[in-house]
Amino acid sequence: MTTMNRNLFVTAFCTIVIKEITRFTRIWIQTILPPAISMALYFLIFGNLIGPRIGMMSGFSYIEFIAPGLIMMSIINNSYANVVSSFFGAKFQRHIEEMLVAPIPDFVILGGYITGGVARGALVGLVVTLVAMFFTRLSIHHLGVVIAVVLLTSILFSLGGFINGIFARKFDDISIIPTFILTPLIYLGGIFYSINLLPEFWQTVSKFNPILYMVNAFRYGLLGVSDVDLMFAFTIITLFIVILFIFSLYLMKIGKGIRN
Amino acid sequence: MHALKGIDLEVSQGDFFALLGPNGAGKSTTIGIITSLVNKTDGKIFVYDYDLDTNIIEAKSLIGIVPQEINFSQFEPCLEIVLNQAGYYGIPRKQAWKRAEKYLTQLGLWDKRNDPSRTLSGGLKRRLMIARALVHEPKLLILDEPTAGVDVELRRSMWEFLTEINRQGTTIVLTTHYLEEAEKLCKNIAIIDHGNIIENTTMKSLLSKLSIETFIFDLTEPIALLPDAGPFKLHKTDDTTLEAEITNGQDLNTLFEFFGRNNIRVKSMRNKANRLEELFVRLLCKNNHPQ
Repeated sequence: MTTMNRNLFVTAFCTIVIKEITRFTRIWIQTILPPAISMALYFLIFGNLIGPRIGMMSGFSYIEFIAPGLIMMSIINNSYANVVSSFFGAKFQRHIEEMLVAPIPDFVILGGYITGGVARGALVGLVVTLVAMFFTRLSIHHLGVVIAVVLLTSILFSLGGFINGIFARKFDDISIIPTFILTPLIYLGGIFYSINLLPEFWQTVSKFNPILYMVNAFRYGLLGVSDVDLMFAFTIITLFIVILFIFSLYLMKIGKGIRN
Repeated sequence: MHALKGIDLEVSQGDFFALLGPNGAGKSTTIGIITSLVNKTDGKIFVYDYDLDTNIIEAKSLIGIVPQEINFSQFEPCLEIVLNQAGYYGIPRKQAWKRAEKYLTQLGLWDKRNDPSRTLSGGLKRRLMIARALVHEPKLLILDEPTAGVDVELRRSMWEFLTEINRQGTTIVLTTHYLEEAEKLCKNIAIIDHGNIIENTTMKSLLSKLSIETFIFDLTEPIALLPDAGPFKLHKTDDTTLEAEITNGQDLNTLFEFFGRNNIRVKSMRNKANRLEELFVRLLCKNNHPQ
């Protein structure tokens, strides 16, 4: 790669990232505020009202136990939603062509969209964490793990959103995966309970849910407890990222949904 | 099924080149392949000697495209659209600002720079696409029906602007359904039909192939009976209008002498159809195209 090309790629990458961040901050009432409100309701109902009746879970009060999972849920939903809606919107209005005609390699376009998704996921995660602090005391057990899990999870779900955006042909198609696949996996991913409470069969089934590993790795970062092995969790997340990244590049190379 | 059947087309540096053809002939496919929006199955494309397959960055950097359909974000302000496009071509923000100001001003859009693009009229949206295509100062500008749906005044000002851009050295490839536009602006022309190039020559040489031209004469006074016009095919459409078919070997002076001898006074005259349009229709008929 020549210096000239490197500069071009960096400028193009920064342009896509700035464009993506400008997009979701311009419509903050649709992108940043709703997760803050819904998380406040989760904390109020599950944490303050129902939580005291449930008692302790894995050695923590219920509200402390669910806080990491709820933060992770916001990160997953928002990184996915950012990329799928932005990319499909660009396809629908055809302004994706602005990038396709320009001398930008596919990996730069993909990297720009992923970074936009990570930025929204991380920002919403931060906002939700601040909301959580109104309801419970949050400490950080391992900052490195927290940062790594947030980054890797938002990268993974940004990739998921990108692939969904590529295959989507109409607006309905961008809500099918979040509604029928993502939401059930998140709710069954150990946000509200420890899988140790489940019968052995359902514990085994739960271990096929990749979101379980993200929620538990993040919970380890904040509380120091986890239902799964941390190294195994990181391996699973990284493996999924590599697979989805290669698949996304392949789809771009063949022009699936974006080139005739 | 192939949209294009092995076409071979060369556009010289600095040319203003017309690529014409009926709907579905393969014009947009050709442009789509050159601009990487359509995957080709075979063949080579060179842009200023850069192979689009092996020197993709260099080749793409030289092309600017004004597509047929509006294809910018409806929610972004005009300035942001142009700045972002500059960024995609690696132009640093500071430089991009200067160029965006230059082209938005030239195209009469600077006052609307902060307006969301969806609020622009159809004609201004087309101008915005031209500003966006020029911001990285391409050597080859491709315009796919840039004046479709644009009013006459705006169309003429766009012609002036494009002529000036071409005069400054930008090679322009234009597709249009307004054949008057192609005849007025372009030096060379290719006509594509059913995925084949059926004509590829200079505008002058193509127009010289027109063997018959039809003229309409508006008369100052009505005439009751049309005298015998000899070699000229002449007929009356109404009492004050005559139509004459002039073949290659005939000249208008002889016809005017005939008018003078017979006391027929002409107020004004015009071509019945645009010359290129007449040729275009004949070429397509020859190519078994249903009209």
